[in-house]
This record gives sequence, C-alpha cells and structure tokens, in this order.
Amino acid sequence: MIKKTGYIIVLLAVVLVVTMVVSSCIGAVDISFSELLSIISYHTRLSDYQGFTSQQESVFFNLRLPRVLLGSLIGAGLGVSGAAIQGLFRNPLAEPGLIGISSGATLFAVIMIVLEINIFKNLTGTLSFYALSIAAFIGAGITTMIVYRIAMKNGKTVITTLLLAGLAINALANSFIGLMTYMATDAQLRNITFWNLGSLGGASWQTVSALLPFVLIPIVTLPFFAKSLNALVLGEPQALHMGVNVKVVKRMIIILATMAVGASVAMAGIIGFIGLIIPHIIRMTFTADHRLVIPGSALLGGALLTGADLIARTIVAPAELPIGILTAMIGVPVFIYIIISEKNKNNL
Amino acid sequence: MIRVEELTYKVGNRKLVDGLSFEAHSGEMLAILGANGAGKSTLMKLLCREIRPSAGKVFIKGKELMNYRLEDLAKTRAVLSQHNTISVSFIVDELVMMGRYPHFDQKPAANDFSVVRRVMQDTGISHLSGRDYNTLSGGEQQRVQLARVIAQVYDSPNACLLLDEPTNGLDIQFQQQIMVLARKLADRGYCVICILHDINYASRFADRILMLKNGKKVAEGLPVEVINCDNIHETFSIKVKLMECEDYNCPLVIPATSVS
Repeated sequence: MIKKTGYIIVLLAVVLVVTMVVSSCIGAVDISFSELLSIISYHTRLSDYQGFTSQQESVFFNLRLPRVLLGSLIGAGLGVSGAAIQGLFRNPLAEPGLIGISSGATLFAVIMIVLEINIFKNLTGTLSFYALSIAAFIGAGITTMIVYRIAMKNGKTVITTLLLAGLAINALANSFIGLMTYMATDAQLRNITFWNLGSLGGASWQTVSALLPFVLIPIVTLPFFAKSLNALVLGEPQALHMGVNVKVVKRMIIILATMAVGASVAMAGIIGFIGLIIPHIIRMTFTADHRLVIPGSALLGGALLTGADLIARTIVAPAELPIGILTAMIGVPVFIYIIISEKNKNNL
Repeated sequence: MIRVEELTYKVGNRKLVDGLSFEAHSGEMLAILGANGAGKSTLMKLLCREIRPSAGKVFIKGKELMNYRLEDLAKTRAVLSQHNTISVSFIVDELVMMGRYPHFDQKPAANDFSVVRRVMQDTGISHLSGRDYNTLSGGEQQRVQLARVIAQVYDSPNACLLLDEPTNGLDIQFQQQIMVLARKLADRGYCVICILHDINYASRFADRILMLKNGKKVAEGLPVEVINCDNIHETFSIKVKLMECEDYNCPLVIPATSVS
C-alpha cells in the first residue's frame, strides 16, 4: 500500500516534468529538446558548446520558463488546495471557485487596486505582487470561514447548502467587484479585467517568485495533515475520538488551502475546476487516501495546467485563448459526472 | 475504570444530564437503557469529551477526562458512534487501519498491519478485505466500523469502549453478532459501556444495567436486580410483563398491552 503510493508519486512527478519540458519547447519560437538541453548545460557550465540561437535562449529564460513555472505552481496550488478543502468540507464537490473562495480572493485584490491602499501604492515590483497575494489570501480565508459556517451542520456539509452558499457568496463578491469596476480609473480597469479572464499571460520572474512561497508552504505542509483528513472522512466526532485535534486541524487546513488559492488568483485570476477534477481523478484512479491525494493532486494539477496552457497559447496562435475557457471545458463534464454519481449514492 | 461523579449538562435551564454518578469497571459491560430524550446520547458525548459538562467530572483510569491529551485519550478509549457515513470511499482494510492512526506518525509499523489483520479476523470481516466500504450492507459496514474501533485500543486490553446503539438498524443476525463480540471484549478485560434499546439484549449480554430518565438515574445494578415492571414503567412509561425463562437468570420483558 505505502510502497504503491511511492511509485504513484514518482510516476506523477515524471508526468509533470515531461509536460514542463514539452511545454518549454513548443511555441512561436520552437526549441528542440537537444537545444533545450544545450541551453541548460551551457548555463549550468556543464558544457561550453552553444547549440542554440540567442533568440531561443532569451525566449526560454524570459518567456517560456517563467510561464511554465507559473503554470505548474498555480496548477499545483489549486490541485492541492482543492483536495484539502474537499477533505475539510467532507464533500467531493467543494471546489474553491464553486463555493466562492476564488471570488472572495478576487474581491480583496480588486479592492486593493482600486482603493489604492497606501501601503500598496508605495510598493513596487515583486513586493507589490506579495501585497496583492496577501490581500487575496485574506479574502479567500474570510469567504472560506463564512461558507464553512453556513454549510456545516452536525459536522457535515449538506451539498445543496454548500453550493447555494457558494452561489450567494459569488453573487455578493461579483456585485462588489462590479462596484469597484465602476469606481476604477482606466489604468486600474485594465488591471481588473485581467482577473475576469484567468490567464497565465502575466508570467514573469516577479510573479513566479511572489507566488512561490504561497504555493510551496501548503504543498510541503499539507501532507502532514493527510492522516487527520482521512480521519475527518469518518466525521468530525469520529476524528476527535481518534485523537485528532479537530479545531486546530480545521484552522490550519483553511489557512494553508486559502493561501494557495488566494495567491494563485492574485497572479492569474480565477482558473476554475482544476481544484475539482484533479483530486477526483486521483481518487478514481488510485485511492481516496489523502496521503496520496494531497501530494498527487499537487503534481497532477501542475501537469494539467501546464498542458492546458500549452494548448491555450498554441491552438489559436498568434492569438491566445484564455485558459479559464479550456479548464471549464474539461472541468464541467467531470463536474456533471460527479453530481450524477453523488445523486445515485446519497439521493442528493 | 470509568467513574462519573455528579455529572450535569445544561442547555439553557434544561438539564439534559442531571447529577449522574456511576462506575463501570474493567472486564465489565455496562448497558445504558432509556427512552428517547432520556439523555443517553448526551451522556455518551460527555463520556467521549465531545462536549464539556456544566458540572461534575468523568474519570478514566483515575485521571480526569479533561486532563488527558487527545492522543493519549485515543489510546485509552475508543468510541463507536451511531452514524457512520463516509464522505469519500475507502477500502475496508484502509478504514480499519484508521483505528491505528493514534499509534503511528506517517507510516504504519508491522505491528499495526498485524493488529488490523487480527481484528478483521475477530470481527469476522476478513472476507471483506479489499472491498469498497460504500458497497457493503449496513450490517457489514457496522462491523467494519467496530473493527476500526477495536483496532484503536487492541493492544491495551484494559481500555474503554463506548458503543452508542451498536445494533441500531441491523437485522437480528447482525445484532446478535455485534453483541456477542462486545461481550467477548468485556471478557477479555475491556470496560464496555453500551447504549441499547432492547431491554432483553441488555439483560442477556450486560453485567450491569443503568436506567435513565430525564437525565437522572432510575436504577443501577445487576440485570436481575433492576429489570422489573416498576423500573421499566418508570423509565419507558410502558406496561410490560415479565416472563421467566430457563437458562436465563433474568426474566424476559414483553409488552403487556394487548392488541384489540
């Protein structure tokens, strides 16, 4: 069982690396695999041979690599937080976008931009991205707490209440975002529109480095809660009987999961359904054991979003498809499938 | 083993559990009887530390319940709750292994695997190994849950087991299997406290019976001492007849109201 988990994680890691390499190679400027190896070995001083053009080198370092890294970080963040939130809510339909967490994050980020909060104005470069991430994180955290309070009953979430609460929170957040758009200046407006699209187009070393801690901390920490999340599958009282400090665990999971969602939204807008389908695929294919679902969702999420972004930027080249459209196209059928299977199971 | 002193739980001005004191010992099975709303489930929650008492104390092995660390408590007592639905599906073996969670950090040790195997044999669910929990029948699910609960305290034979209506919703065959299993555990040295609805099951399997009404004790003692028409009328507000039966040292209880 445990041995198998190790193999699966290695397999998923290989899938992620392969997707990243392929995605780094394909685009408006093609880089072949051998040229990619040459760029890497030249820069790591393993070889003096320059088997690539300077254009390829600059495309790789300034465009391709940050974009691939941003994509895999966001995918990993959304996947892992989706898995954690579904465990916490005891519900496979709990997805950050559907239950309003992403809109809460967006709202706080937009407020930050439009009201030109003093601290934010004085920050430039990477620091401003950090501030934006933190604002979105706070927004995501607050909405999660509200949705959790509304939807929890006797230690369980009722699916309909959960989704209705998400619907209400989404509507409320969107109305405030609308209000902010109305108040915004032209320059601010351009910034805000960016969120509604959901795109990795803003990738740069600044966004990557701003996002890194917000995604890395949850990915490294959440696996330690895997056992507690498994116990929570049985129910909150049952987890308590098994020695899980439910209060502390809940608080930590909300903080860690919203950290990843908030920062992802701040960097790339709302990219839906990743948090829903990735953990679901892992559970269907392998096991519902969170000791695999948590790290597995991070790896597969990174791979899927990187792959989806590759399609989004090449399929209508030289234009670019907003990635949110693609993830929705893949995600919604899975969503419908889960609804139907839940209906058959619990008389939804 | 478990000592309850003047335990009271209030919601507003209503006392759901009212100044209750009793003891349950190692190697003994104590059955708790009472009508719906008598405070049985509240008492169970207090014993599990799910809720804090308004007054009074619970001691497990002489140590006050609130002074336990959660992890230590998990190794000293295990609880079978009434409702056991799971949100995502698990394989039976993985579910039983969850009972071992308080005993290992990240990876189960060889001992944990062997405990799971032995508990599954004891509870007669070895043939369910590898099955998906959600595809099992109610009786099978209940036995898997019981196996998980036993696995949690398998290697501490003087631990406590709290069972909240373990036979609820099961057919008579499974009811009996579960009760026989609970009885065996008490004989092995566990202190078993069990909420039951069926008076005859209680007198057949338990060493002692505690009868509750409105959060207060109606009677406590050996089945043969407490099972009588007055106590049952006091507890359940029903009229019953007692029937002596050979092999049983306690009379059987049957409804007295004739169907006309």
